[in-house]
Amino acid sequence: MATTDSHVRVRRAPLAGRLTDYWFTVYRRTWKGSIVSSFVTPLLYVLSLGVLLGGYVRADPATLEGAPTYVAFVAPGMLAAASMQMVFGELSYNVFGRIRWQKTYHAMTASPLGVTDIVQSQVAYVLARVTLAAAVFVIVLAPFGVFASPGGAVLALLAQPLIALAFATPVFAFSAWVTSDSAFALLFRLAMLPLFLFSGAFFPIANLGPVLETVARLSPLWHGVDLTRMLTLGTVEVGPVLVHLVYLLVLGGVGYLLAVRALTRKLVR
Amino acid sequence: MSALTHLALREERRRRGALASAGVVVHRNYLTYRRMWWLFLSGFLEPVLYLFSIGVGVGQLVTGFEVDGREISYAAFVAPGMLAFAAMNGTLLDATMNFFFKLKFAKTFDQMLATPLSTRDIALGELAWSLARGGIYSTAFLLLMVVLGLVQSWWAVLVVPAALLIGVAFGAVGMALTTWMRTFQDFEWVTVATLPMFLFSATFYPVTTYPRWLQLFAEITPLYRGVVLVRELCLGTVGPAALVSVVYLLLLGVAGLLVVRRRLDRLLLR
Repeated sequence: MATTDSHVRVRRAPLAGRLTDYWFTVYRRTWKGSIVSSFVTPLLYVLSLGVLLGGYVRADPATLEGAPTYVAFVAPGMLAAASMQMVFGELSYNVFGRIRWQKTYHAMTASPLGVTDIVQSQVAYVLARVTLAAAVFVIVLAPFGVFASPGGAVLALLAQPLIALAFATPVFAFSAWVTSDSAFALLFRLAMLPLFLFSGAFFPIANLGPVLETVARLSPLWHGVDLTRMLTLGTVEVGPVLVHLVYLLVLGGVGYLLAVRALTRKLVR
Repeated sequence: MSALTHLALREERRRRGALASAGVVVHRNYLTYRRMWWLFLSGFLEPVLYLFSIGVGVGQLVTGFEVDGREISYAAFVAPGMLAFAAMNGTLLDATMNFFFKLKFAKTFDQMLATPLSTRDIALGELAWSLARGGIYSTAFLLLMVVLGLVQSWWAVLVVPAALLIGVAFGAVGMALTTWMRTFQDFEWVTVATLPMFLFSATFYPVTTYPRWLQLFAEITPLYRGVVLVRELCLGTVGPAALVSVVYLLLLGVAGLLVVRRRLDRLLLR
């Protein structure tokens, strides 16, 4: 690595860009399978839980954090949760397998590319995919009348890559750090699923009771869900929005440092 | 295979019997999981987390349902659905992905066939293993329901056999379909089939929510049959109509197993 850098003088920024091209080539060959996960799945959840189960929910804005209907409450929750789940799906086996099974990263580092380029480009690719899927989701949700204003819908969409970033780098770090693929079953069951179910996506976290509510407030997905919900319902308050933005950005930043460190240990010995 | 080894194999099989042979397969799976017991245990968490989130969290928003003329809490309505779902999901995990991995990548079955085991023993053994797993999970889940006061009848002692029945149906059909899978991407189809069942088969609300023609559609899915069966047992509202569910699930299971056996013969023995 060090020798490559001293011999070939290249500007750092375009390198990660070249790798992003690689990721989209991969996507062009596998996109069909993602239709179900990024389009059909959220639609079915909105229909089943939002619309049909929502018919049995007393629609009271006071108990639903300001939402006029249950579907308006649950829709932003599922948008944010879908962004998170996509990150877990994209950066678990895909990272581990490229280190352990396919050795793709090893091949990449044999070129002028460095570890930071690999992490940056793959995270950028995942953020782009999440944004694309979220755009589809927002269009699917529009006819259900869950957006207070078109501007709110656009801002909620723009919040998704930030939520994705907060999960992408920590998950990348985890996948680069573990030594066995069975760790992912635990990651999904002990991290992703509890986050999905208890971060205010399906019910207000006040329903958890005072102690668990405080715990839920620490959950990064709750910050994402609350941010998205304020934007879709048009109930934006500046203070909480800033807290959410800072929390998600810091998590993404810390995760990035950890990811680079973990991948360096695996690739450069 | 020479005539002599063939004879020896037949003799060996006769001596062991079908159950003991399937038992060897179960034992093999037990040994591979013994060092990953935490992985095994964590599988139980999924339905429990769903129960607390949907049943308790969302339950505080929902007015409660009337089932068979009785008003019940939302948690009491959802819990049997989660148990049936867990029975389906748990068995399918072993019967699809894990089964595929052993069939195509690890070549576990090829190795087993080099021993006196037959394709019938493999099919039965793999199914028995996933049922054992499903049985353990559903027993634990039922106990949790009892502790939370969500079980209202002694009929509930039959919930575990009912969960096993759901497992037989989904496990056998899942294994049969897996024999046609070519890559891991094909398992997207399993999600296409199971997700709508999870969301629309009377798991979260009664099917009376739908118009009549859609109700019929939901009622013929095997998960619906499992959910209503478990719910009837938990609430003690079992009638002769429950036999429809039992027979339906049983038939699916037997049909699936017959197909698995035939397909394994074709895939592994030529």
